[in-house]
Amino acid sequence: MRMSSSWSILNVTLGRIAPLVVASATIMFAQPAKAVGTAAGTTISNTATATYTDPGGNPVNVPSNQVNIRVDEILNVTVVSADPGDVAATPGSTNQVLSFNVTNTGNGSEAFRLAPINAIGGDAFDPTTTSLVIDTNGNGVYDAGVDTVYNAGSNDPVLAPDTSVKIFVLSTIPAGATDGQRGQTDLTATAVTGSGTPGTVFAGQGAGGGDAVVGATTAAGRDKGFYVVSAATVSFAKSATVLDQFGGTKAVPGATITYTLVATVSGSGSLANLAAGDPIPANTTYVPGSITSQAAPITDATDADTGEFAANRVTVRFGTVAGGQTRTVTFKVRIN
Amino acid sequence: MKFLIALVALIAPVAAYAANDVALTSAVFVEKSVPQADGKTRLVLEEPRVVVPGDKLVFVLAYRNQGAKPATDFVVTNPMPGAVAFQGSPDAGAIVSVDGGRSWGTLAALKVRKADGSVRSAYPEDVTHVRWAMKSPIPVGAAGKLSFRGVVR
Repeated sequence: MRMSSSWSILNVTLGRIAPLVVASATIMFAQPAKAVGTAAGTTISNTATATYTDPGGNPVNVPSNQVNIRVDEILNVTVVSADPGDVAATPGSTNQVLSFNVTNTGNGSEAFRLAPINAIGGDAFDPTTTSLVIDTNGNGVYDAGVDTVYNAGSNDPVLAPDTSVKIFVLSTIPAGATDGQRGQTDLTATAVTGSGTPGTVFAGQGAGGGDAVVGATTAAGRDKGFYVVSAATVSFAKSATVLDQFGGTKAVPGATITYTLVATVSGSGSLANLAAGDPIPANTTYVPGSITSQAAPITDATDADTGEFAANRVTVRFGTVAGGQTRTVTFKVRIN
Repeated sequence: MKFLIALVALIAPVAAYAANDVALTSAVFVEKSVPQADGKTRLVLEEPRVVVPGDKLVFVLAYRNQGAKPATDFVVTNPMPGAVAFQGSPDAGAIVSVDGGRSWGTLAALKVRKADGSVRSAYPEDVTHVRWAMKSPIPVGAAGKLSFRGVVR
């Protein structure tokens, strides 16, 4: 079957171009030119026709035999990260989403087996992938409960040639990961028919009835995805200035102490529901109406504004504060 | 088998009438580069066992005048299969058509009209037919081979 022969084309005397003659063979498939090539299972059919004039002056038409070659399936796949950059996540968070596009770059319809890889050297932590999800509704965004969770072997996505599907990789970030650390998770997609060294043939297993041949991609694709930990921490600094009733700075009964609380948020993330609270020290009395937040006055009442004096305690709420920012609260007490 | 015999019976009178019977056979081979022990690769032509897009094909047409009289104005025409892009012919006299067989010439001499009405030079993949027209009659008993190359689209 595997006939190797080196053909030498015999010399043929050619010359005067004779116009005329019939071209009788039909083209069986006018295959649209696709990026991935002729579809697997297409028949390449070749017939030539000879025409000549016999000595009686009659035209003679001689068709050749027809040679049919079936185009086999070439197995190729690519995986490409669809995230614009590292995906920010907080320590201990779950269902953090990486996105990948899996594309069938072969010429036949093919199912692809998907798998995440978490244990990769060179990163600061290993995310734990909890599920792969197929972008069933094709909107490019992970929709919990709408997009279908992938189960290897039961719903391997089947892709027509030159088509893609988006896959979401959902992972848990270790609680111990710290701000700025990167963790790598890759996605692999492998042709179910087979993969391996380019040129490997899977006889009779190609789409369209022919063989399947591993292409240049080894019929397995892989790309990298990264999580970056985006955490924030807060530190409080408290200072006091004393102003006595004589114009000095002696801490005597009747002197006023102004406390300044500075909350400094650091890290690449942000803190939600940040608040500062401080009890009024013993042997002092709160000076009514003395609370400020960011130099703006806050009423003492427990009402719609962001702070109050209640239960002998000053409380101010800042909401969400991003890393790199500070919030300052002041209030006054009088020494008994 | 019965059908085959009936077919032969149908053809036979015609063949008998055509006194100078020329046989034309078509064969297709795949060009593969095979790694050699010395690290080099060698191009070999194989039977098309496995064919995928991008494979190089060599089409070989063999003719033989097995009749009793010479054949004059001998012309061989091979329409390109749709899934194969023409890659040239080693035969100096080969001409091609890029318009389904209406006009013929060397590839360099042919033009293709683009969708916007402008005209560009024809590319090998535009070729729809390949043709060889012999200057001299094919003598009795003479044989030859014609060939061209293509790549699976």
